[in-house]
Amino acid sequence: MTSAFDLAALVRRGEYSAVAAADTAFGSIKERDDEIHAFLHLTKRRAQAQAAAVDQAVADGKDPGPLAGVPIAIKDNMCTKGEPTTCSSKILEGWRPPYDATVVDRLEAAGAVIVGKTNLDEFAMGSSTENSAFGPTRNPHDTSRVPGGSSGGSAAAVGADFVPLSLGSDTGGSIRQPAALCGVVGLKPSYGAVSRYGLIAFASSLDQIGPFAHNVTDAALCFDVISGHDPKDATSIPTPLTPTLPTLNDGVAGMRIGIIDELMGEGIDDDVIARTNQAAEALTAAGASVERVSIPATIYGLAAYYLIAPAEASSNLARFDGVRYGQRVDGANVAAMNVATRSAGFGDEVKRRIMLGTYALSSGYYDAYYGKAQRVRTLIASEFATAYESFDLLMSPTSPSTAFELGAKSDPMALYMCDVCTIPSNLAGHPAMSVPFGVGDDGLPVGVQILAPMVEEARMFRAAKTLEDAAKGMS
Amino acid sequence: MSELPDGWEMVIGLEVHVELATASKLFCGCANQFGDEPNTNICPTCLGLPGSLPVPNAQAVEFAMTLGRALNCSVEPSIFARKNYFYPDMPKDFQTTQYEEPTNVEGFVQLPDGRSIGVERAHIEEDTGKSTHLGGGGRIHDATATLVDYNRAGVPLVEIVSHPVMHDADTARAYVAELRDILLATGVSDARMEEGSMRVDANVSVRPVGNDELRTRCEVKNINSLRSLGRAINYEARRHVDLWTNGESPRQETRHWDEDGGRTTSGRSKEDADDYRYFACPDLPPLTPTAEDIAAIDAAMPGLPAARRSALAVAAGVEVAETTLTVERGLDALVIAAIEAGADATAAMKHADQNLSDGQGQLTAESFAALVAMEADGALSSTQVKTVLAELVANGGEPAAIAADMGFEAMDTSELDTLLDDIIADSPDEWARFVEGDRKVQGHFVGQIMKATQGKADGKVVNQLMTARAAQS
Amino acid sequence: MSGAISREEVAHVASLARLRLDDNELDTFTEQLCVVLDTAAKLNSLDLSEVPPMSQPCFLTNVMRPDVIVPSLNRDDVLAQAPEAENGQFRVPPAMGEAP
Repeated sequence: MTSAFDLAALVRRGEYSAVAAADTAFGSIKERDDEIHAFLHLTKRRAQAQAAAVDQAVADGKDPGPLAGVPIAIKDNMCTKGEPTTCSSKILEGWRPPYDATVVDRLEAAGAVIVGKTNLDEFAMGSSTENSAFGPTRNPHDTSRVPGGSSGGSAAAVGADFVPLSLGSDTGGSIRQPAALCGVVGLKPSYGAVSRYGLIAFASSLDQIGPFAHNVTDAALCFDVISGHDPKDATSIPTPLTPTLPTLNDGVAGMRIGIIDELMGEGIDDDVIARTNQAAEALTAAGASVERVSIPATIYGLAAYYLIAPAEASSNLARFDGVRYGQRVDGANVAAMNVATRSAGFGDEVKRRIMLGTYALSSGYYDAYYGKAQRVRTLIASEFATAYESFDLLMSPTSPSTAFELGAKSDPMALYMCDVCTIPSNLAGHPAMSVPFGVGDDGLPVGVQILAPMVEEARMFRAAKTLEDAAKGMS
Repeated sequence: MSELPDGWEMVIGLEVHVELATASKLFCGCANQFGDEPNTNICPTCLGLPGSLPVPNAQAVEFAMTLGRALNCSVEPSIFARKNYFYPDMPKDFQTTQYEEPTNVEGFVQLPDGRSIGVERAHIEEDTGKSTHLGGGGRIHDATATLVDYNRAGVPLVEIVSHPVMHDADTARAYVAELRDILLATGVSDARMEEGSMRVDANVSVRPVGNDELRTRCEVKNINSLRSLGRAINYEARRHVDLWTNGESPRQETRHWDEDGGRTTSGRSKEDADDYRYFACPDLPPLTPTAEDIAAIDAAMPGLPAARRSALAVAAGVEVAETTLTVERGLDALVIAAIEAGADATAAMKHADQNLSDGQGQLTAESFAALVAMEADGALSSTQVKTVLAELVANGGEPAAIAADMGFEAMDTSELDTLLDDIIADSPDEWARFVEGDRKVQGHFVGQIMKATQGKADGKVVNQLMTARAAQS
Repeated sequence: MSGAISREEVAHVASLARLRLDDNELDTFTEQLCVVLDTAAKLNSLDLSEVPPMSQPCFLTNVMRPDVIVPSLNRDDVLAQAPEAENGQFRVPPAMGEAP
């Protein structure tokens, strides 16, 4: 499919219409989404109006923006005004937010055309999109398998060529892991690089919005559009960020890159390790020096994450109480109504994490659980900081395995293990991205993860582009 | 009912919630306005809609620090925390407040009588919405439904927590009254108990006199006036004493003050209510005021009641407790300026207390001082002074001119002196008798002078003049 | 089952979170939570006494906005989304007792 970069250029030159691009997107969705189930709702009217506006701007000689006419899908945990926004949960079924997320504003201001909302694990909790209350999404490469999660719908929408770009959210790996499983590029920006205003919060200190794309150039283009300070998000980075597109092809000559030792052994499939080593060789061939680095605290990341994220989630999801919006199941008094509503409206994984989080914060247990996890977080962040004194970038596998079969991992812990490589950068706040690099022994996509220090996305993209170029020459 | 039985004393701590007088709410730009149509001042943030985020109001933070400094607190780096509990007037089912690291710590309120009441902390938090209970006579327990208005949700509050160091209702009331005066002086709140912009909850317990233990306490809410505060404290303390005396103990709970019934009733039971699972709010970076920030607040601090009482006491040479009324009336600056302009302190304060109950009006310090001097010189009688004073308050002006207009000629002492000379010259025998101590002839001279001045001379001044003159003879 | 969290504790925590679990769910969730908390127990081997806690991966401070009024939402739009509304207000079953 035409890249977003090329499509926008065609539209801006008046050589292709945004309306036609949108129609094409809806056509391919109609053809295959019954099978894939990437989308929960399509936003046809909004898309057609936006596309028409873009074409009109071009006709009027005005610049419609760097994403002019590009069809884009949005994960259904981001607010789109007047359009359904469910977080794949029954508790928000029917809710239409009265406002747009900042990223939605920025995309549309750049000329992008939002075609629909994509499926996710309920409230972004999961690694396979099997926790959606509205049915799972299937991996476009093999529909008996999961696309990964929680942003499975957005990853599959790009993987299936429905749209060239989509947005997901990443709290413990929810963009990068599905990107790896679906063979697309997925980026988790530096914490604070992209506004969270309008992203329905799962774990506020870990969540970030980022793009899925077929190629590194499109991901860079999208990131440059959606990132930047937002006064409505108090955790948003106030200083200007270095654009990633201009230096994309500057290569990696002279860069020092460290492969994280602890993520190249036990728990990671051999074929994934092999591909990661191949990627290291490709970077070396391009002029970087690559060597192993040990970051011991990464092995504690999973434990810390599964205390911090549920704790914040238990607080963030308290507002779903049947009072102001969403579904309500009645009760004799308001407390009974809260209980009935939440018990009926939340799925098992959400309930599990809410209880885990409530427990980790509760009186008598705070120090042992949440308090301790917060300190482990500092440890992880400081070990990364030390590593970045000797290395410009780090790398590792993205996911321990290729896409597994639907229903294969029913045990919660088994699913949690999917995030072992991605979690550390959420805890530390650094950016990281997954780049497709060959396939596994089963012929399914493998993703390699590049990690960078805070706000060094531009540097990270250079390595990603190098890998992408190298991957083209692979068998 | 205002005293406990012998041997018992009450222990009172007060939690006062104050609404800050900002234009917009604490974490969003909705209007901070009382009395608007329900749910017309709401937005994604104060309604807690999914995806919304808070951003602190700089003016609210400044007001909070000002309030802290006005209470002599230390202003510290602070962190917003989430207090998690479910209630329909809470849009997010957590309240953003400050817990382990509040903005202001360890200060005090100085009462008019000079006593100091310790303040443990004064922290920033957001207000909740307002619930109205339908059916059951508006009382919570018998309601059939609850309606919620979120206009108030997100309004900035400062919660001021005193140490539990008050031992009677009058002290508690004096503390609240002083707090109110401080709030008004700083302008951070209009502090109206009846409107809810200042809400007082009383923590009440009792103990045997001479003991310093802290026994089970109850929190009394729904106190809407200073009078209710006194009544509620006395009732609740007595209730505790009765229980202890009967071998029982009060249950630790929230009590609701029933103004009409004159008693407290049991509020919600506290089974799982207490585990608020506080943690630092990840959406809000810490506040770290600098020494410069705090110095700027101190420099801009207006005169506070305690300081004003001290200043007036020094200027007038009186005890602090004697200055209360003058400062309460806002007349201290006037009196001090008048004293500096030469007015007699006692006279100035007496007038402030007795004759300026409606305030200063158009009266200036200069004309006040001039008037007091005229009175001291005997140029005007006491009645005349009051009249001129009233005119100065109502319409301003200059006392000598007003006195002249009213026909109260400002009688110069030297004029009286000259007049006295003439009369002495006319009545040398009577004068000789006066000098020798015959006071009966005094009336002759006073009468002559009154005739000559058409009653304008001040009798007291005339007597002083005569006595002084006689002493020189 | 290691007993990192007991069935009673799970029931208590569920009620704090306004969730109702039936007996089967209580058993299943207790088992699952124990497994997760056992993993968390890995952290006990670390000496973290000198390590401060980290609430946010950003080092911002004093982020504030000016005290300016911004237009509010339209009440009708908001109430249209409410499960129940009356007289411009959100309507719920009776709230028992006062707020904490």
